Amino acid sequence: MAYKIFIPRDSSSVSLGADKVYQEILNESKKRNIDIDIVRNGSRGLFWLEPMVEVETSNGRVAYGPINIYDVNSLFESKFFLGNEHPLFLGITEDINWLKNQERLTYARVGITDPVSIEDYERLDGFKGLKNSLKLSSENIVKEISDSGLRGRGGAAFPTGIKWKTVLDAPSKKKYIVCNADEGDSGTFSDRMIMENDPFVLIEGMIIAGLAVGADQGYIYLRSEYPHAQKILNEAIDIALEKNYLGKNILGSDFQFNLEVTRAAGAYICGEETSLLESLEGKRGMVRYKPPLPAIEGLYGKPTVVNNVISLATVPIIMDKGASFYANYGMGRSKGTLPIQLAGNLKQTGLVEKAFGISLKELLYDFGGGSATGRPIKAVQVGGPLGAFLPEAQFDIPLDYEKFSEIKAVVGHGGIVAFDDTVNMSKMARYSFEFCAIESCGKCTPCRIGSTRGIEVIDKIKDGLDQEKNVSLLRDLGDTMVNGSLCAMGGMTPFPVISALNYFPEDFGLEKTET
Amino acid sequence: MALSSSQSEKISVYIQKYQDKPGALLPLMHAIQDDLGFVPEESYASISKAYNLSVAEIHGFVTFYHHFRTHLPGKNILQICRAESCQSMGSEDIENYCQEKLGIDYHQTTKDNSITLEPVYCLGNCACSPAIMINEDVVGRVTPEKIDQIIKEARES
Repeated sequence: MAYKIFIPRDSSSVSLGADKVYQEILNESKKRNIDIDIVRNGSRGLFWLEPMVEVETSNGRVAYGPINIYDVNSLFESKFFLGNEHPLFLGITEDINWLKNQERLTYARVGITDPVSIEDYERLDGFKGLKNSLKLSSENIVKEISDSGLRGRGGAAFPTGIKWKTVLDAPSKKKYIVCNADEGDSGTFSDRMIMENDPFVLIEGMIIAGLAVGADQGYIYLRSEYPHAQKILNEAIDIALEKNYLGKNILGSDFQFNLEVTRAAGAYICGEETSLLESLEGKRGMVRYKPPLPAIEGLYGKPTVVNNVISLATVPIIMDKGASFYANYGMGRSKGTLPIQLAGNLKQTGLVEKAFGISLKELLYDFGGGSATGRPIKAVQVGGPLGAFLPEAQFDIPLDYEKFSEIKAVVGHGGIVAFDDTVNMSKMARYSFEFCAIESCGKCTPCRIGSTRGIEVIDKIKDGLDQEKNVSLLRDLGDTMVNGSLCAMGGMTPFPVISALNYFPEDFGLEKTET
Repeated sequence: MALSSSQSEKISVYIQKYQDKPGALLPLMHAIQDDLGFVPEESYASISKAYNLSVAEIHGFVTFYHHFRTHLPGKNILQICRAESCQSMGSEDIENYCQEKLGIDYHQTTKDNSITLEPVYCLGNCACSPAIMINEDVVGRVTPEKIDQIIKEARES
């Protein structure tokens, strides 16, 4: 019998050489006449160990990593295909602390299977949520999602159930489901991991959303920087169509749903839902006024659900195991789990799905293992480029939407970027404005012009020019942007800027004050 | 520069292909750029006519999106991630190294036409920072040695 070997195929593992390792293992097995069966699985999200190669044994899967092509010979010498010891042996994969200490609900299948094997997906509880949903009325599906407490995982944390209810109640023959897969926030990659490693869960979530609100057409608006995800999604959509999970009379019901991937074109602002809709309609991605909400007048003026990848990919497990199963995780009004992405200057980077309530400290040190450079962690940015920078004094804060908002920070899409003590925070603040100037759609003056003026004011402060006056000008500019911008681009850029100024004034050439 | 007849022909095929598709401009521009390497401004007139849009609207669309370009780039496109996660892992050094080695700034192409250098704001490879993308391949944990190799391969391609 052939030995079963798993080598990941997601773009991060490939970016670290997984394809070359695959080729080398294949060649070596032929040379040595060893019968192996290679599965190109997804990544389990332990990126400091990628490319991580796994072998199926009678005790479960065991892992080796990180594997370089030069390690392949010694792997064969030690007969790794039997699960033997090797200097890069990591033991039973699921016993690795990083994985053992997680609560993987949305990510239950990620890294385990071949992403486009629908048989694997079905075998591992796939489409159970859809099958349950097909037996329910639209109202009851929406109720289940409302009861689960699921909130928008893209960053805004708006209750998904309320959004769905609004679309359900909007009278219209035509409605749309739009998946926001324009994952542009730096430090985030959980959407990409779902799309590359378990695309069927997103497809299933979108079908259920269609069923819940009465929409028959879905679009996945995918950022152009993710060509790998596009290939996998399209492959998965074709398979789902063939198996009648998409198309007409889904699983023998009256329900029909079609799904299509639309490739974006590199504008960060198109992650904002109204700008995304404009773009999808073939226009410049200019932000729209709200109201009307997209749930009432969205794509082509029709009621539209716009949800993030993770929100939609969490729907199937809720519909499979029930609202209370999901709502039992988490704290306060932050129910369920969040796929947290540990990025930047950390020893152990990757994907950690945990119930809300875990502290930054646990994430940075227990999971992350401290900084990669071995220096003290000076600051972290949570929630992407529009999220506040937080100093060590705030690392005890639990991951919870409300707790974060109390300190003018955001959980956002769950990305955490760590910086060591060599970072200069005035430079990061300046970069925040620079990024805003590059990516602003230009509709609101405070965002379009304020971002450039902000760069100049920071430069003046750093140069020691009229510091007191310029600091107050910077705060005033921040206020204007927060209150005078339509969307989060201009409305939140001051968060990283002002937090950097408050927590790290010495980096701006100012006296350190107690904050 | 006028379009070659083969370019015009390709463009009109794509214009027809997406004619009845809602939101046609996005897939249309992708199709043109994927094939020709850029979106020629000379194509605006025929798109305008077929889609009942003004040339200004088409120009506005193309220039809004960072991904679309109106001039032919070098044979290879090297994108360097400038976002926060990569910065925390030394992307600025990588940026300087590339610019110095290639002798060009962002949005420029080397004299031998082998590489166009572009900034990018997040490749979603933040757990493997610093990251770059060469054409459609992402490379993680980039070092100057890896850059040397990538540039060498690009020049030989």
